[in-house]
Amino acid sequence: MSPMFQIDFGRPVRSRVVGIDLGTTNSLVAYMDLTSPKVIPDPGGSLIVPSVVSLSGAGELVAGNEGRQMLLTDPERTVYSVKRLMGKGAADVQDELQLFPFHIASASDAVIQIELGDRTFTPPEISAQILRQLKSNAEAYFGERVTQAVITVPAYFNDAQRQATKDAGRIAGLEVLRLVNEPTAAALAYGLDKRKEGVVAVYDLGGGTFDISILKLHQGIFEVLATNGDTHLGGDDIDNLLLRIALEDTATEWGEDLSTNHEAIQLLRRAVIEAKEQLSTVPVTSIRLEYHGKKYERELTRELFEQLITPIVDRTLAPCRNCIHDAGLNVEQIDEVVLVGGSTRIPLVRQAVEKLFRAKPHTELNPEQVVALGAAVQAAILAGDVTDKLLLDVTPLSLGIETMGGVVSKLIHRNSTIPASATEVFTTAVEGQRNVLIHVVQGERELARDCRSLARFDLKDIDPMPAGMARIEVRFLIDANGILNVTARDIRTGKEQSMEVKPSYGLTDEQVEAMIRESIDLAEEDFKARQVREAQVEADTILAAVERARDNEAWLELDDEERSRIERAVNELLMAYHADDHLLIRAQIDKLNTVTMKLAENMMNTAVRSALKGTKI
Amino acid sequence: MEACWQCGHPQHESLFCQFCNSLQRPTPDYYRFLGLERKLSLDSKDLQNRFYNLSRLLHPDRYLRRTPKERQYSLEATAILNDAYRVLRDHVLRAEYVLKEEGFNIGEQRSENVPPELLEEVFELNLALEELRGGDSSARPQLCEAYARFVAMQDEADNRLSELFRRYDTTGDREALAEVRGVLNRRKYIRNLVSEVEKELAASAA
Repeated sequence: MSPMFQIDFGRPVRSRVVGIDLGTTNSLVAYMDLTSPKVIPDPGGSLIVPSVVSLSGAGELVAGNEGRQMLLTDPERTVYSVKRLMGKGAADVQDELQLFPFHIASASDAVIQIELGDRTFTPPEISAQILRQLKSNAEAYFGERVTQAVITVPAYFNDAQRQATKDAGRIAGLEVLRLVNEPTAAALAYGLDKRKEGVVAVYDLGGGTFDISILKLHQGIFEVLATNGDTHLGGDDIDNLLLRIALEDTATEWGEDLSTNHEAIQLLRRAVIEAKEQLSTVPVTSIRLEYHGKKYERELTRELFEQLITPIVDRTLAPCRNCIHDAGLNVEQIDEVVLVGGSTRIPLVRQAVEKLFRAKPHTELNPEQVVALGAAVQAAILAGDVTDKLLLDVTPLSLGIETMGGVVSKLIHRNSTIPASATEVFTTAVEGQRNVLIHVVQGERELARDCRSLARFDLKDIDPMPAGMARIEVRFLIDANGILNVTARDIRTGKEQSMEVKPSYGLTDEQVEAMIRESIDLAEEDFKARQVREAQVEADTILAAVERARDNEAWLELDDEERSRIERAVNELLMAYHADDHLLIRAQIDKLNTVTMKLAENMMNTAVRSALKGTKI
Repeated sequence: MEACWQCGHPQHESLFCQFCNSLQRPTPDYYRFLGLERKLSLDSKDLQNRFYNLSRLLHPDRYLRRTPKERQYSLEATAILNDAYRVLRDHVLRAEYVLKEEGFNIGEQRSENVPPELLEEVFELNLALEELRGGDSSARPQLCEAYARFVAMQDEADNRLSELFRRYDTTGDREALAEVRGVLNRRKYIRNLVSEVEKELAASAA
């Protein structure tokens, strides 16, 4: 039946999906505006949210410009570059902690605990605060709730880093519909598929991470052939290099070691970043600091700067060459190169890319915005608004299990298109064995101890039987987010095999749930009020529609039973109306919707009849 | 014959129900999944087109607003599609897959199991590799020569495989499959040597 007259009893709100670039230094949120993606400004008109989070004196987390301001006034309660800590253990980050103003609790093992004031936060909780800021910017911009997002991650992020990003989304009250790799998102933003066929390399040097991806384009399909990178290489490293020089200078000139003075370090950090950025356009500049009446100034030429950063730029070249090789290509077969990330503004980086790929790189789009724009395109694909494009991405690292002697048996090779899967059958080694432990790792090395431990899966409650008789089929599936899902089945019985998962790094589901609850408790009472208000508005609409329907002849066509079901549902909705619980209100709305279905149908038929009779209803 | 999980209409091994068009539980058989006969020779262009077309139909990006069941089937189907494409587009992996499906046991080829006819050559090659690793670049020309010889052997094995593929595809002869297994083992051994020499030559050049 094709509805000629739409009788609307309130429909479920289909929320907008936004695209988020959760960057090391800066973050952005974007959306698809009819035909092209746009970055969403904050209420002050700024497009960029600094990825800085601070604990205010009132004990609240603040992110963005406010956080960045507090980095100068209250550095020890402020976190920046938290992306570098995502999915890591404390032991992984010892080196860089020296340069951070904040401290890490000694008990951090599986998850880093960042100490701010008298409280501790995990990296996903800090990132969640940045996401909340972006979410609220988007909500203010649209004047409606935003609950679903696509978030970008470095292509070379491992499972734990991806999971941590997804957790951050959940804690911020966002359903993360997809994690998209940053270089792939950039390719999408460039709309390079307009050329229909060809091979494109995306060189992405951001604040903290480096990615290189090579894609094949085919009639709207973006097929990633290979990816490579370094999750610990970016503009931060250049800043730290200059910072060390400036600290040595000030130590000799002033006879004062500033390296433990967080306030001075942050001022100096700003000064070196400014100098770095200027050198992209001018041949010479200075690093300047004024601190408690003392002055420091060092001239820096682009020539010297380039000499200093050459080793850092060179570190990006080997991953590029490996990536070309893994894609099964020669450099001549790459048609175009795209530059992404703030660090690609540096002339030396552009030269290095041009020389390696023998092609003039694309720089038409703002390298700081292109990832967010691409995320918005992917969001539109997922929402079904864009149907002529499709991303086929790959997993950056091989997935394997530890076998006898600590040797890794690879199950899914790196650069496999995802979703990808592998199946392994496990059995018992001794009679009556009830458990089988599977250690899953990610990486390219031969030994499990040289790879990244992902998780241990404990197959439990295996029926006691002679050794080698049990047959348990374990299926490893990497989903479209690049995150591992594991299921197990007892082949003999066909039943699902129970198992316990112990992630090596990261939060358990229970911990994330607790953080979500806590963040709801802590924050945004007004947000809850808004949700209730929105549900009430929806309730008003449907209640009014029912009232109007009472005058319609369709109402008379219902039998008593049907009418009383509607009356009951109306009463229940009215009772729920002031209960301060949007879920309850929505549940009652759904119920009223269901029991008025017949009525709506009758009204439509009446309307059709009236229309045929030519009478006005 | 299975019935559609959604409408109960009987299914004929199709990805989608012919009646209600909902996505069905995917078959794990790579050939059947791609709608291909189980042949060892495949047209790579045709395979690529099937991969792209099915990706457009099945990818999880297209199922986000569907029922949980269809989302799950889309994930599983796309994983099988990707696995199938990765295996079937590579002639060696494809042959191994068919051998396994036809009940042949393809054990791991150990590097210790030198094909007897190659014994002498491999011995000399290892000596030359040792010298190069020890910093003696005089072994380089000899290695380059050996490299070319092994690459030629690999090509030869590939040609032999093509012949056997055609024979199996036309006759369905299991003898041909058994022979494929032998050539695959030999090829794998040669391939390992080739990549090892490649690696050493690149390292010593750098």
